[in-house]
Amino acid sequence: MLTKRIIPCLDIKNGRTVKGINFVDLRDAGDPVELADIYSKAGADELVFLDISATEERRKTLANLVLRVAEKVNIPFTVGGGISSIEDVDILLQNGADKVSVNSSAVKNPQLINDLAAKFGSQCITVAIDAKQIDGEWKVHLVGGKVPTELNLFEWAKEVEERGAGEILFTSMDHDGTKDGFANEALAELSTTLNIPIIASGGAGNTQHFVDTFKKGKADAALAASIFHFKEIEIKDVKQELEKNNIPVRI
Amino acid sequence: MKIVIINYGAGNIQSIKFAIQRLGYEAVLSNDPSVIKAADKVIFPGVGEASSAMRKLKASGLDTLVPQLKQPVLGICLGMQLMCNHTEEGDTKGLGIFDVDVLRFNSGTKVPQIGWNQIERLKSPLFTGIEEKEYIYLVHSYYAPVVEETVAQSNYGVDYSTALHKDNFYGTQFHPEKSSVVGEKILRNFLEIRN
Repeated sequence: MLTKRIIPCLDIKNGRTVKGINFVDLRDAGDPVELADIYSKAGADELVFLDISATEERRKTLANLVLRVAEKVNIPFTVGGGISSIEDVDILLQNGADKVSVNSSAVKNPQLINDLAAKFGSQCITVAIDAKQIDGEWKVHLVGGKVPTELNLFEWAKEVEERGAGEILFTSMDHDGTKDGFANEALAELSTTLNIPIIASGGAGNTQHFVDTFKKGKADAALAASIFHFKEIEIKDVKQELEKNNIPVRI
Repeated sequence: MKIVIINYGAGNIQSIKFAIQRLGYEAVLSNDPSVIKAADKVIFPGVGEASSAMRKLKASGLDTLVPQLKQPVLGICLGMQLMCNHTEEGDTKGLGIFDVDVLRFNSGTKVPQIGWNQIERLKSPLFTGIEEKEYIYLVHSYYAPVVEETVAQSNYGVDYSTALHKDNFYGTQFHPEKSSVVGEKILRNFLEIRN
């Protein structure tokens, strides 16, 4: 039986991990490779690296990091952040990334999704969507949720699927950082109207939130950052709770 | 031991090379028929779309070479699918090593299947020391039904082949190089098959 995935997300700047990370047993808390290795041994099903660098050297540094992660880690990983062309994706996949995630660039140029799916296959193209509710309507936002667009979340998600995305990573800006649980209503609508996997993101605060996002939100995977980095929750505790609730997980 | 990963421009081959390195072996990437023929073990990877991958394979003349190989050959993911008779993806004729036609998932489940599923009914040297219902990582939209050559199967709305074996040819729908310690053991089993 296909299991639900638990995915830690690492923010990367200039090849280093950002957002305080609280692992006492880390030799170098800023080294994404070491952290990735720890997460894979702790039972993570997949990893996401989100690059937030804005330097000239960005591409080269990221490609080098991807190569080092691929060398060390024996579970799949996705790389996102600033990807806007076929060349960007080609470099990352050649260096060993399993999937890439595109966000703002797909909104600005939706044809990019078709082009990437045709060239590399849908299975390695994740489209990330950041959205929040404005006057009761879910609106897509850009640049890490700062810039609103006129796009409706559900319409954009449908378009993304039709253009060939293999999966959607949906982050609710209303829930992100609150630790109050995931946006399960919106997730359930996405998951039942679309036929590709949906990754839930934004709002994880305790193990029950993961149970809820799989049961009520019908998500296929759940992503979280800070609660794992600060060891507020261990991946194995999340999985045990899920198993107790008859949700299939890899233990 | 000479391990060659066939490099015909289809997919993520770094990961396979690194996984082999982690096991203490070295692999070379090549599309040179003489290098491939001289290998002790051959890995036939593949990620992407079937018809374009098959075009690339034909362009390098490897479509006739691969079925003639005598040493153990392991097709991974799309590599395995291309070793079958035919695939629905792009209506593509395969290499005809495994006597099965590859179909698109069409039983109400989400497509692609992405994630960790279990393997069962294991019966091949590939799975020595692997327990029933272990988890492996998969990403795919097409599948090979269960046939005589099936040596591992999984369920995703339908029972299907997660591994095939015939003579010196092996194929896994899952990615051993991405399937944690279970995948590493399966990859090691393949590398240690006696020619």
